Amino acid sequence: MQTTPDPGIVIIGAGEAGTRAALTLREKHYAGPITLLGAESHLPYERPPLSKTVQTAPEPPAPTLIGGAGTLAAQNISYRAGNTATRIDRASQEVHLRDGTALRYSRLLLATGARPRTLPLPGAEQNGVLYLRSFGDAMALRNRLAPGLRLAVIGGGFIGLEMAASALERGCDVTVVEMAPRILGRAVPAQIAALVAAEHRAAGITIIEGIGLTAIEQRPNGCAVILADGRELEADAIIAGIGAIPETALAEAAGLPVENGIRVDGRLATEDPLIFAAGDCCSFPHPVFSGRRLRLEAWRNAQDQGRHAAGSLLGETAAFATVPWFWSDQHGSTLQISGLPDEGNQTVTRDIDGMPFLFHLRDGCLVGASAFGPIGKVARDIRLAEMLIESGASPDPAALANPSVKLKTFLQPRAAVA
Amino acid sequence: MEHWVDACAVNDIEEEDTIRFDHAGQSFAIYRLEDDRYFATGGFCTHENVHLADGLVMGRIIECPKHNGRFDIPTGQAKGAPACINLRTFGVKVEEGRVFINLG
Repeated sequence: MQTTPDPGIVIIGAGEAGTRAALTLREKHYAGPITLLGAESHLPYERPPLSKTVQTAPEPPAPTLIGGAGTLAAQNISYRAGNTATRIDRASQEVHLRDGTALRYSRLLLATGARPRTLPLPGAEQNGVLYLRSFGDAMALRNRLAPGLRLAVIGGGFIGLEMAASALERGCDVTVVEMAPRILGRAVPAQIAALVAAEHRAAGITIIEGIGLTAIEQRPNGCAVILADGRELEADAIIAGIGAIPETALAEAAGLPVENGIRVDGRLATEDPLIFAAGDCCSFPHPVFSGRRLRLEAWRNAQDQGRHAAGSLLGETAAFATVPWFWSDQHGSTLQISGLPDEGNQTVTRDIDGMPFLFHLRDGCLVGASAFGPIGKVARDIRLAEMLIESGASPDPAALANPSVKLKTFLQPRAAVA
Repeated sequence: MEHWVDACAVNDIEEEDTIRFDHAGQSFAIYRLEDDRYFATGGFCTHENVHLADGLVMGRIIECPKHNGRFDIPTGQAKGAPACINLRTFGVKVEEGRVFINLG
């Protein structure tokens, strides 16, 4: 019998999701060609250090490569750096590249990520507002940080606050401006956000909340952020971390539905059964939260979805059901969240030696957990809460509030661990 | 060569849990499994500089508290991304209610 040779799997985007997908395809014994297309010149690297150790390391760091150096070659994954896709031709199953060539695919994964939202203010571009997404962005920021530098951070989200903490460590004079009434938005419960804000203030960072911005203006020595109440915040450098926009242009041009991200089903398949999407670029229904459509910008989600997409690319039918999990390091403390706290309509607080650990319940069912403190007091229980959320548990609130009741006792039957 | 160091009392570690032990500039994680077997590995995750004693023990697996890298406790074998380098393991013996690890 004659068979047509498999043209292979093409992955657009070599961030966490795309690279994990490629490596997982090999773990799953896929033997056909895999092509991983990266927009940047580096080998695929981990992004979490960009706002942290890349800023604070004594010596200029190199990117932390995903899977370590040599992995892609060892796995026979063809990596093309700096050669972005320009167009998808679904009829001929081809991806067209910037250099004019085209790649045929049997299956295609879009792991195109997201780009920083730019600051929509007069003067922002002229005054060189900085953003953080890539290793190059991170090094540009690193090279600006110096003792005494007046740094204005626009946006009190994860990236802004992590950059603020790192810049403070480098000796900068840091002010964070958040337009919303409080930092960290609705993904983080107000009680936890208040603790984070207090820690930043105690460390010496100024946080201004609940005030709009009108412009960035040039000044004789630096620039000024003009606040809506007329105040001026003088700065030598400005970084904006005000959210990210999913990279959906290729999908849209190919006629695939986009709904705050490339729309996929539970398997992470788009409307085209040969094309899948994973990571920051996709919006997917979450079965643990009644099918609520989510788009997550998080390292762990990118990794989990990349791995899941690899299975789907090979014909597996399972739905992606991993409970969301976020973490952020600031001033030596860690913020961890599992599930979706904003799904809850009841909050139960467990006092762990003075640190509040919050459980978020919806009609008695555990849907989220959140805490901010030393990693040794936060991480295990957040992980156990994640397992409880995944299992649909409805633990007794009184027991949840009691720090002497171990969370492991709620896991019945015990989760199987490979 | 054997060089046994007294790390802790057997009851310093709860069942299915781990504690940190530092000795002579090195850091270790000492584990007690559900069946009361004790093990010891290098203290830090091989993926990033995070102490495993802050992680979660499930069965015979230790999970890194930050990135969920997983290791098999008895063998130190890396079991899941992002961890891909095995942990170093150390011999353990229990005598008269104390846990000793072999740094020889």
